[in-house]
Amino acid sequence: MITQVNSSVESLTLRINGKDVSCRAGDTVLQAVRDNGMELPTLCWLEGLTVWGGCRLCMVEIAGSPKLHAACATACQEGMEVQTNSDRLHRYRRMIVELLLAERNHICSVCVSNGHCELQSLAQKLGIDHVRFAYRNPQLEVDNSHDRMRLDHNRCILCTRCVRVCAEVEGARTKDIKGRGVLAAVIHDLDQPWGESETCTSCGKCVNVCPTGALTHRGVAVGEMTKKLSFLPYLTLMREANP
Amino acid sequence: MNRTITIEGVTRIEGHACITIQLDEAGKVADAQFHVTQFRGFEKFVEGRPLTEMPAIMARICGICPVSHLMASSKACDDLLAVEIPPNAARLRRIMNLAQLVQSHALSFFHLSSPDLIFGMDGDPAKRNIFGLIQDHPDFARDGIMLRKFGQDIIGLLGGKKIHPAWTVPGGVNAPLTQEHRDQIASMIPDALARALRAAEYFQRVRDCYPAEVDDFANFPTMFVGLVSADRLLEHYDGTLLFSDEHGAPVAELREPRGYASLIAEAVEKHSFLKSPYFRPRGYPHGIYRVGPLARLVLAEGCGTPLADRELDIFRQRLGRAPQSSFHYHWARLIEIIYGIEMLQRLLEHPDILSEHVRARARPNKLEGVGISEAPRGTLIHHYRIDENGLMRWANLIIATGNNNLAMNRGVLQVARRFVDGNRLQEGMLNRVEAVIRCFDPCLSCSTHALGQMPLRIELLTAQGEVCDALQRQD
Repeated sequence: MITQVNSSVESLTLRINGKDVSCRAGDTVLQAVRDNGMELPTLCWLEGLTVWGGCRLCMVEIAGSPKLHAACATACQEGMEVQTNSDRLHRYRRMIVELLLAERNHICSVCVSNGHCELQSLAQKLGIDHVRFAYRNPQLEVDNSHDRMRLDHNRCILCTRCVRVCAEVEGARTKDIKGRGVLAAVIHDLDQPWGESETCTSCGKCVNVCPTGALTHRGVAVGEMTKKLSFLPYLTLMREANP
Repeated sequence: MNRTITIEGVTRIEGHACITIQLDEAGKVADAQFHVTQFRGFEKFVEGRPLTEMPAIMARICGICPVSHLMASSKACDDLLAVEIPPNAARLRRIMNLAQLVQSHALSFFHLSSPDLIFGMDGDPAKRNIFGLIQDHPDFARDGIMLRKFGQDIIGLLGGKKIHPAWTVPGGVNAPLTQEHRDQIASMIPDALARALRAAEYFQRVRDCYPAEVDDFANFPTMFVGLVSADRLLEHYDGTLLFSDEHGAPVAELREPRGYASLIAEAVEKHSFLKSPYFRPRGYPHGIYRVGPLARLVLAEGCGTPLADRELDIFRQRLGRAPQSSFHYHWARLIEIIYGIEMLQRLLEHPDILSEHVRARARPNKLEGVGISEAPRGTLIHHYRIDENGLMRWANLIIATGNNNLAMNRGVLQVARRFVDGNRLQEGMLNRVEAVIRCFDPCLSCSTHALGQMPLRIELLTAQGEVCDALQRQD
């Protein structure tokens, strides 16, 4: 699903956390929240990529609806009343991050992205000092076959940012997801080692959009991997300016 | 009636171990064994991880001496990359390694062993610990605490944090030394040196109070193993691995680390998770050898720094060239603290110490690599094999404490035979059995149970396994 940003001057008024705010018609609730200086955590959403709605961290309460809504995939409506930060939401967000940490092997202290990881920062922000669920400790491979980059399935949270940036921005469509549920995994071409992929252009965009230490450069030691995300809004802007 | 005494939870050591003492029908010691009861599994669970993560993962083996594992692991990785690291990277690694030597030796001597020396082996157990020391000998205790702080502060300044810094990486280090930090470290040196010299002077007063312990604390002839520099001076980071006989005369040397397996083999005993390395040409268990500060001082011609050499001269005048009693590890440790501080100063004064060329970059160029360095408690060997993608496929680690395993076991038996009487069990007897282990400063894990708080319970069992006597220590 691609979110179309409406550039018309039509504006909407809604209420977020008891505060009246305005936004453009067509904006998502996530945009409205962030444009008005409020925080809402996300892991799969990234400016410049299509909405995925997979991580469920941006869930919000909307008055009149008994269920929660993913703010990244919900369009604003006139008079909408949104709550982004209730006890219930905090509890769910915490649980989501704990489940992510329990699902694979996220060993921050010896991870190349230690100190520069969106998952780690979010866990810290949510005050997660322990995980209530049993760790699955799956035995997962590290794909070190590419000349310059590395995929460590142990650190992957299946946010699909890499899949989307590869298809939508680079246009290579090298990456995809195989399997379902906990068995899902990022693959290259027809599930080949990355180094044997014929479609990968080695552009490195997937490495930079990855929120964790799953996709990294080769040769970096613990704590040395930093991501540069500034290229994405720039590319998006240039494409919009020169369609 | 045959009986067994079990010292379960040996106190004031780093890690978890227990000792069993077998008594014969007359209540005399028939046998004694030192069991390391914990299992870590690092060699197995690093399989599949990229080699670039190795130093940081391996550092987690220990919380007291993570730097030693950083050094040996980084050197093994340098070997896999087939690079010669920039000279200043080697200097900076040496600084961190020496800082670790000072802090770890200070912990061993002041916090763990000196309570026995100051309050006596039979002293009140309630007082015979670091807290008793702080209460009765505050200046002495402060010296120990400040020396440990000195080493830890240097590690923190270089690596960004005091425990498990990720600063040492394959190919060098990931950040140079800044002028500000150089000056800060240099300013701490005079105070640290004064404290170390004071400790050595204090030790002169107590060292003669323990003739029985000198006689029977693992006092037997063994080979010695350790690194020496090219001019055969004291060395902890890089050099030739020298093997000497019991008199200190060289019998073998290893210049190329990858050949270590031709000289060192490892035996596995059923009673312990700690392997027992031995000198392969002499076979098991005749190839028993010792490593650590005492071995290093036996092997080196000298320290190469004036104040440490002065202390080493006294050491040799008193004890000869190759003292056999492991009680002398304490003195050797103090000499190495002095050496470490002097050498730190020398390295900081090197004209290129602020050079920013501190990392060589390369891909894996070899499929097998070995790194050898000297941990505070002895020679440490990391041996890795990787696949063509740079992922770990196999590892073998010979930890410093393991090298002393055979000697510790024999030492426990020797001490038990001399001091333990099964008919009249006293706390001080069993403390001596533990104290001989403390001479070796074993680091059995990354555990830092260093304050003597583990409860010690000794039980005398009948041949039928019934408890006929027990002693409970409350530290």
